[in-house]
Amino acid sequence: MIDFEPNEDQTLIRDMVRQFAENEVRPNARNCDETASIDPGVLDAAHELGLVANALPEAHGGGGERSAVTGCLIAEELAWGDLSIALAILSPSLLGHPVADFGSEAQQADVLPSLLTAKFAPGSIGWVEPRFGFDPLRPQTTAKRDGEEYVLDGTKCFVPWQDGLAQTLVVASENGELAAFFVPADAEGLSAERESNMGIQALTTAEITLAGVRVPASARLGEGGPADLRQVLARGRAALAAAAVGVSRAAYEISLEYAKERETFGAPIATKQAIAFKLADMATEIDATRLLAWEAAWRLDQGLDSFREATLAFQKAQRTALVVADGSVQVFGGHGYIRDFLPEMLLRNARGFSTFEALSLV
Amino acid sequence: MPIDFEPTENTEISRLHFNRIALDQMRPFSRKYDDQEHDLPTEWVEYWWNEGRFGAPKQDLSKPTDGFITVCIQAEELCFGDAGLYLRMPTPALGGSAVGAAGTAEQKEKFLTPFREPGEPIWGAMAITEPSAGSDSAAIVTTAEFDEATSEWVLNGTKIFCTAGQGASTIDGGFVVVWATVDRSAGRGGIKSFVVPANTPGMKLVGTEDKLGIRASDTATLVFEDCRVPEENLLGRRDVKKRDPKQTGDKGFKGAMATFDASRPIVAAMAVGVGRAALDFVKSELERQGVKVRYDAPPSELTAVERDVMEMESELQAARLLTWRAAKMISSGTPNSLEASMAKAKAGLAVTQITQKAVELLGPVGYSKKMLVEKWMRDAKINDIYEGTQQINQLIIARRILNYSSSILR
Repeated sequence: MIDFEPNEDQTLIRDMVRQFAENEVRPNARNCDETASIDPGVLDAAHELGLVANALPEAHGGGGERSAVTGCLIAEELAWGDLSIALAILSPSLLGHPVADFGSEAQQADVLPSLLTAKFAPGSIGWVEPRFGFDPLRPQTTAKRDGEEYVLDGTKCFVPWQDGLAQTLVVASENGELAAFFVPADAEGLSAERESNMGIQALTTAEITLAGVRVPASARLGEGGPADLRQVLARGRAALAAAAVGVSRAAYEISLEYAKERETFGAPIATKQAIAFKLADMATEIDATRLLAWEAAWRLDQGLDSFREATLAFQKAQRTALVVADGSVQVFGGHGYIRDFLPEMLLRNARGFSTFEALSLV
Repeated sequence: MPIDFEPTENTEISRLHFNRIALDQMRPFSRKYDDQEHDLPTEWVEYWWNEGRFGAPKQDLSKPTDGFITVCIQAEELCFGDAGLYLRMPTPALGGSAVGAAGTAEQKEKFLTPFREPGEPIWGAMAITEPSAGSDSAAIVTTAEFDEATSEWVLNGTKIFCTAGQGASTIDGGFVVVWATVDRSAGRGGIKSFVVPANTPGMKLVGTEDKLGIRASDTATLVFEDCRVPEENLLGRRDVKKRDPKQTGDKGFKGAMATFDASRPIVAAMAVGVGRAALDFVKSELERQGVKVRYDAPPSELTAVERDVMEMESELQAARLLTWRAAKMISSGTPNSLEASMAKAKAGLAVTQITQKAVELLGPVGYSKKMLVEKWMRDAKINDIYEGTQQINQLIIARRILNYSSSILR
């Protein structure tokens, strides 16, 4: 039966995350952006909520409550607080989910407990490559079998690279087939250089170069054949669509508030149709985009092929986030352009969704 | 209930049923009644009256349904068939919604029962718009005066853009619900609605419009000159509360306005149906030409056509989901003015753009009258206008989200 209300558990989780985002994330957003760092205390506090752990398999100490729809609710709320912090908090799932979905017993036993320790442990995936025309399904990074090892060569960018990172999952072409490999952060032949981007400045990301990096044959994600990374990509797109909704909602809400306070010619600017209609369009597009993200996530939870739906939702979410964030700069006028207010940061963050491809957060 | 996008079995049965009707009973006559604008589409009208109106067979109502969403899906399917013919169905239409929302049991029995009985096809309609009053219904100047001597209401004025008004005003058994003011000084509080049976003396059909699209639908101009209806044809309460018309609890005006909260999701669903017709045609035509939309190609490799099609698809689905959400709220009894206006605003604009893009993408095939795409583009545009224009719905949304009254945000 068609319904658009989260169930009771989901509502509880959403409300808890919303409160956390309001109290712990949003107040830190500006400072984190300016200092290009995240207070580890925030990550530990989020870790204690068990947002990632809750979705990982019970057999390895997780909560076993995997749901892409729930993941979307969480991603939206955290991203509403701040996108950098949200991505940092959820980064363990970049390793955790693909391993839970496709990893062999040994891989699960190796990776999952390391994400479920008392302290926050970051995760990471290396998928995007720094060139025009990057195709996530046909990366130029290669993996070649050599005896009992694979040899990896190539460059990845936008790889979450937080303090304490033990390993990342590198996506590569193996004889033209898509495959992913566990690569220790300190592997020989791997060099990481911290990136500086226009947005999500607080999240530490790296451009990593793999020059003949050797990993054992058992480091290839999956049992038997390589993992279905298309599905990992679909999950990433649904999650990022939800995160984009969170960023959009943040921009919309502060715009609404500001428009009711800011007066021109003796009346709040929100009483002018030029502003009021812009806000109305923002609200409509945000709701529409959320429903598309939920639909893609719901399909994933049903085990249906969702690549198309997730892709369309993600594309729509990119458009919405950009239009809404830009609209918020416009509503704030000059104040939207200066760093005392959030719109300029939201616009920088929103623009990034077109390159964040492949962060499989749900 | 959890978040769920799976329609019930009953909805699926209903959808397939109406999809069949759309393809078999509507599409074959789409062009004919677009060309022959003022002719009665007899094939369709007879089909609907003899078979269609009895609903989808095989539904098992002991099993769950999707409530009002099912109604929206029906509207989508039939407008996927033909939006003009859909509006020409012999049904009580919006007049029926008004009677249903604001009428007494006797009124419902009297005016709606004939639509379930044998006999010849009949129509219902609602007449609100006037030459100088559209969305601003408080500007209505059609008057209703009570004649104490005969206990009758006497209507005077002119109504335009009355959908199905030709059939409803001239074929016995049908009726027109007419909005009129009983006290102009009371503004919206003075507006009441009256059921005027077909062929009531004083109600004159003076013409039907020549339109851009939905040409199979009759859009009537009705003039009321000392048109008398019995006292009991008033819908809702008779008294006028001047101070606070919104809070009077009068089912007359409020009931009539409430019909918009239910009709906007339906109009949004109708819009989605037209948009889908055009989009499906584009996709099948592209496929025929060997062009396949690659959902997994990187942005740098996507063609402009693929990008357009993907955007059309997501915008159409966005409109559909907003529509279903507003519909779901009707079923659960949740106030949905905001969501209904969002659905209507989104769907009206989305399908206007989708159908215009469809004509563009198909080039001569889109522009030629040999195919229906150009017609769907003309049909689609009305969805951005009637049941509240795009701008009126933006205004309603804005007032709701800002918590502004109509005197602050005008």
